[in-house]
Amino acid sequence: MHNQKLFISSHAPFRHNGSSISSRSCDVILAALPAVIFGICQYGASALGVVAFSISCAMLWELLLNAAMKRSVSIGDGNAAVIGLLFAMLLPASAPWWTVVIGTFLAIVVGKQVYGGLGCNPFNPVLVAFAIVMLSWKGIVNFDEALVNYDLGFLMVYPLGAVKHFGASAALNYDFCDLLMGRQSGGIGATFGLGLMVGGIYLILRGSIRWEIALSFLLGVVVTAHLFHISDPDRYAGALFHLLTGYTLIGAFFLATEDSSSPVNFIPMLIYGACGGVLTILVRSIGSFVDGAVFAILMMNVANPLLDKIRPRAIGRV
Amino acid sequence: MIRRPFFNLMRPKLKYPAIEDRVGDLTEVGLPARVTLLAGDCDIGSINLKVGTAVRTGEKLSVSDDVYIISTVTGTISAIGEYTGYLSQGYVSISIDVSGEDQWDDGTLFALKEPGFEVARDYLGCIPGKADFSSLLRSQPPVNTLVVTGVDQDLLVLTNQRMVLSEGLSAGIEYLKKVTRSGRVILAVGPGFSLVDVPGVDVLVVRPVYPGSLPAMIARDVLGADYIPGRSFQEMGIGFLGAEAVLSLSGLFDRGEFPVDKVITVIGKDGCTELVKARIGTSVKDILDVLGIETSHGDRVVLGGPMTGKAIYSEDVPILADTDAILVQDASQVVLSEDVQCVNCGECVRACPVGIPVNMLVRVLGCSLYEEAAEQYDLHGCIECGLCNYVCVARIPVFHHIMLGKQEHLKNLEGTHA
Repeated sequence: MHNQKLFISSHAPFRHNGSSISSRSCDVILAALPAVIFGICQYGASALGVVAFSISCAMLWELLLNAAMKRSVSIGDGNAAVIGLLFAMLLPASAPWWTVVIGTFLAIVVGKQVYGGLGCNPFNPVLVAFAIVMLSWKGIVNFDEALVNYDLGFLMVYPLGAVKHFGASAALNYDFCDLLMGRQSGGIGATFGLGLMVGGIYLILRGSIRWEIALSFLLGVVVTAHLFHISDPDRYAGALFHLLTGYTLIGAFFLATEDSSSPVNFIPMLIYGACGGVLTILVRSIGSFVDGAVFAILMMNVANPLLDKIRPRAIGRV
Repeated sequence: MIRRPFFNLMRPKLKYPAIEDRVGDLTEVGLPARVTLLAGDCDIGSINLKVGTAVRTGEKLSVSDDVYIISTVTGTISAIGEYTGYLSQGYVSISIDVSGEDQWDDGTLFALKEPGFEVARDYLGCIPGKADFSSLLRSQPPVNTLVVTGVDQDLLVLTNQRMVLSEGLSAGIEYLKKVTRSGRVILAVGPGFSLVDVPGVDVLVVRPVYPGSLPAMIARDVLGADYIPGRSFQEMGIGFLGAEAVLSLSGLFDRGEFPVDKVITVIGKDGCTELVKARIGTSVKDILDVLGIETSHGDRVVLGGPMTGKAIYSEDVPILADTDAILVQDASQVVLSEDVQCVNCGECVRACPVGIPVNMLVRVLGCSLYEEAAEQYDLHGCIECGLCNYVCVARIPVFHHIMLGKQEHLKNLEGTHA
């Protein structure tokens, strides 16, 4: 054994299916693009600014934290870019620059890195940041106030705000086709329902997100909204309205499905998604906030470790 | 490498290769200049062998009082050393320089005139094909079901399938029954061989999707409700034996040929497979040279198949009686593990054939909480197929974590009992 020809030794298996975190992140970014590009076309340069600045800020925070914590550089996995992109999608186009800086700091540092980085975060980092921003600076994410200077040729009143304050009759001012095609006020990437659905279905087919979570979330929203609607048709808008407005679709496909804060077993995924949908409508209908998706998903993130205890018995386990 | 499909809704489906009619298709490696044999369970300080001793083919060499090896060549012992194998298992390695044509050892051939329990225990401990007769025969309670595997455990490997095609299987099984005195013999075969008819033997057709032919999966099919993961098969009264071992029994008792050759599937860098016949103890280098497979620094060479094999660092490592395959991977094909946290995507949980919560298991193992892993997360239920590792998005060495965890947990248990 004197020659210098040595082989790479590692543990089995010696094959891999080729999947990786970075390709998964690329998938999410790709799937989000239709909705984001639509938002940029609608709101123009300011929206582009928010999106680009948010992604760069998120990546910079990640890089800074890597350096501060003396860890290997992890922006290559694309997760920071995804967080930045999703955070920007929730914001209105008029969001000031410092909101983006603080928000991405909250997402990357408070939402993710303090727990140990990707995979260790108990909550969806995007939602942690957005909830803090929402509670701290109400005006910034109040779309009626934030988008007051925009006139895009359709009703610029935030649909969920309208039904909250004026009852179900306000929903009649919106055409479902318009809502689906993004002709409503809202976050940069959260209004184009069709684009979000196409992106979500793409992610499900690719196996990047779980259909169990996305579909049960939507089902939870539809069933609860419908129950409220039939209980009092004057006060509560219908199921389809709730499905196409606010953060329902982006929540179902992009936020609730975040890997590390969602369950992995079949039944827990269904419970997680369905309860998230139910909570969303509860907050919208009887809570004090206009949109409940953010808090509903955060609440279910808390329940995730407990839910994942419901699992099939391993073979032969007694 | 089998890639993940673009659209990915189902569990990974890795099919075993089906052997075509390749009975005559064996490349002979021939007699090497030197063989190296390994003996486990003994200490190098207290062995009975000496450098310079002349040995004959088939001669029984007592390494220590209850450990023996059978010389596979005629020559002189040229070196005795230590070898550390998988999971720090220690071996004594005995190199024999080959002096020429085989001169058979009369003692062994005389002892093996008649099949019987004692001769099997005393002479058949190292025959090819995962047949550890000595431990099989010593097992308490005695093994009552023997499974002859005519399927290969790992992907791309054809060795055992090839054996089912050979003649002498039914005769071998008759001898096996005599030797082991076990009542029930089951022959596990792939779907292509469902019509194999061997008198007195139940034929079990194994689903050709990995990990269908791993011993644990076969044991589960055979034993049904009595199958308890984490127990050894012998404790459950079931023994496994390669079809190659059974064939060598028939060769031994019918024709008086002591089995010293091993059939091996060599999987080249391009994925092509070749079946070769080589003397047990031949170095991997000798076999690759005969086939014209070139390796270079940084490649990966594995003894065994792509899912469960053991990587070696040097070409000088010998093939052993239980080596079914040699896998050669080019440096460019090597996918390395990464040192990152589990992202909790759940792919491993969905891929696991026995329903282990791998995402939790890998977390607790990463924190060295072996007790918790065993009690709450089914550490010992793992059947060691490696599928969790195969699908891992974060490319965590999950399989390595699990094997290390099992070993450490058992070590801790022994420590507390002692």
